[in-house]
Amino acid sequence: MSATVDPLPAAPTDRPGPGEVPEPDPGDRHLRRRRRERLLAAALLAPSALVFAVFVFYPFARNIYLSLYSTPPFPNLPSRFVGLSQYSQVLGSHNFLNSLWVTALFVVYTVPAGLLAGLLLALLAHQKLKGIRVFRTVFASPVATSVAVASVIFFTLLNPQVGLFTYWLGQQNQLSVLDNPTWALVAVSVVTVWQNIGLSFILMSAGLQAVPDELLEACEIDGAKGWARLRHVVVPLLSPTIFFAVVVGTILSLQSFGQIDLLTQGGPLQRTNLLVYNIYDQVFNQNNEGRAAVMAIALFFITLVLALVQIRLLERRVTYGN
Amino acid sequence: MGQVALRGVSKHFGAVEAVRDFDLEVEDQEFLVLLGPSGCGKSTVLRIIAGLEDPDRGTVVIGDRAVNDVEPKDRDIAMVFQNYALYPHMTVGRNIDFPLKCRGMPKPERAGLVASAAEALGLTTLLDRRPAQLSGGQRQRVALARAIVRRPQVFLMDEPLSNLDAKLRVQTRTELIELQRRLTTTFVYVTHDQIEGMTMADRLAVMNEGALEQVAPPAEVYAHPASLFVARFIGSPPMNTVTGTPARLDGELGIGTSGGQIPLSPAQRQAVEASAATTIAVGMRPERLTIGTTGPLPATVAVVESLGAEHHVICRLTDDQEVIVRIGTDAAVPEEGAAVRLDFGVEHLHLFDATTGDRIGR
Repeated sequence: MSATVDPLPAAPTDRPGPGEVPEPDPGDRHLRRRRRERLLAAALLAPSALVFAVFVFYPFARNIYLSLYSTPPFPNLPSRFVGLSQYSQVLGSHNFLNSLWVTALFVVYTVPAGLLAGLLLALLAHQKLKGIRVFRTVFASPVATSVAVASVIFFTLLNPQVGLFTYWLGQQNQLSVLDNPTWALVAVSVVTVWQNIGLSFILMSAGLQAVPDELLEACEIDGAKGWARLRHVVVPLLSPTIFFAVVVGTILSLQSFGQIDLLTQGGPLQRTNLLVYNIYDQVFNQNNEGRAAVMAIALFFITLVLALVQIRLLERRVTYGN
Repeated sequence: MGQVALRGVSKHFGAVEAVRDFDLEVEDQEFLVLLGPSGCGKSTVLRIIAGLEDPDRGTVVIGDRAVNDVEPKDRDIAMVFQNYALYPHMTVGRNIDFPLKCRGMPKPERAGLVASAAEALGLTTLLDRRPAQLSGGQRQRVALARAIVRRPQVFLMDEPLSNLDAKLRVQTRTELIELQRRLTTTFVYVTHDQIEGMTMADRLAVMNEGALEQVAPPAEVYAHPASLFVARFIGSPPMNTVTGTPARLDGELGIGTSGGQIPLSPAQRQAVEASAATTIAVGMRPERLTIGTTGPLPATVAVVESLGAEHHVICRLTDDQEVIVRIGTDAAVPEEGAAVRLDFGVEHLHLFDATTGDRIGR
């Protein structure tokens, strides 16, 4: 090692020496860098911002605009600004309230049932058995089936002449369940539950996989089996997954459309006229964009409030482990 | 009482034989340590005792009954897992209480037992916390409290100290020994750490590749390893082994190695003659070797490692085999590169059949 120590680099001086180019001010450099970073950030955000603007922000703004104008009864007449009065008219109407009630029933019929069925199948598929992979694939398969396909399958199964279900129920050559005001919503709910089982099963399976084997073994030694183990250990540990499934399931149910369009078109007697179908009906069958826009905004707020309430309520009871 | 016996137990996982013809008797109130390298099947043995795995063959006896068909919860055992396996959504108190609750014990009775288990492990102030709010050492205590609260006949522990830092491990080791003395219960303890095994066990059961190599008190295992595997596994630094063949030196039987001729005691000569071994591994504990100018094995000092309380001198024999010599700090430390001779008392040699690994003689 050399005995002399290299001198430290000299501290920058404020005054430039003779013949030197003045150093840029460090604050100035900082500013320029920040500006450059902002530009980069904007450039990176631009594509998604554009997509959102075209497909979300503009339609949303346009929807609010439409909701304030009453649609004329005949085409080519000017629409008239009516402000919030259209809201009170639509939101108080029998048509809307019926839709709201039907949608609420639909959520109640489909979300808990889909969740329970998914959990049950996930518990079954979690066993260490030979060939269980085949069952896992089968249980998850509804997720790969489109609403249209699912609806057509059930439409055929429920057909009064050739349907297998009608045959089993001994209802051949009678009114289709889908045309029965009492049972139509239940029938549509069954299709939806079947359709949702795939997603629910995958979510619950993933949740179950995350429960450490050691904990289940500790249960076995502590003496908790079957129902006790499920209730005291498995379900609490699954609670974050269940919570997620409830929120997502509710939102999906509120937005259901395809099965209604294909199976019942909102009938019979509007008993399956879910909100989204009603909105569609208002625009494309009744040609009333204004009414549809008001309902769309109502649905938006209902979804928002429900999601917030669920997050508040459920988060308190959710265990997130370590 | 809390005896445990495994008789002719075997267990396969697919093509892998995890446990092979296993016979082990654990006495009541004994602290038995199952020791072996990773993957030797020691945890599988423990899980078979617990009932978490079913043996393919053989009988498991706990107390005075065969328990092969008895559910884990009815075997009167408790287990402490490597990762503690605490229920993350329950408080410490509820974790300890859970096994009692599952057994349908009335609440007032349970509260008393939980309180005394918590007190025994210094958890009284932590009863309302969740596992996530505890340190590793505290979680370990909760796992222990959950195990002792039922007062089972047998405690099974699967590497319970491996997730603790070095200092806490030493402290907890002592506490576990005291706990076992206090509870007067049988402990079956699995570890790969020979220091844990040596310090805690009444008897060590050393395992390798699914089979038992030796079952004996730690001092006996160290002094008279039953096989080459045990000899090399127990001891830090490990036992030196030099391989050679029986050969005559000045008319007397010894072991000829490419690094030099090793003399034997009369008893050892007899044993070698009686055995059918053609190649013999000679084992020498590092602390039994001395470095000097006389001795049967010429060597060169390669490296000297100073550990504070002792030195490890790594010597290279003429045939390039390495031999570690442990010397105290009082002894003269040889220079690296020096030519020396290694000496030993023949009574401290361990002889093994290099082919089968079996010990030759006492």
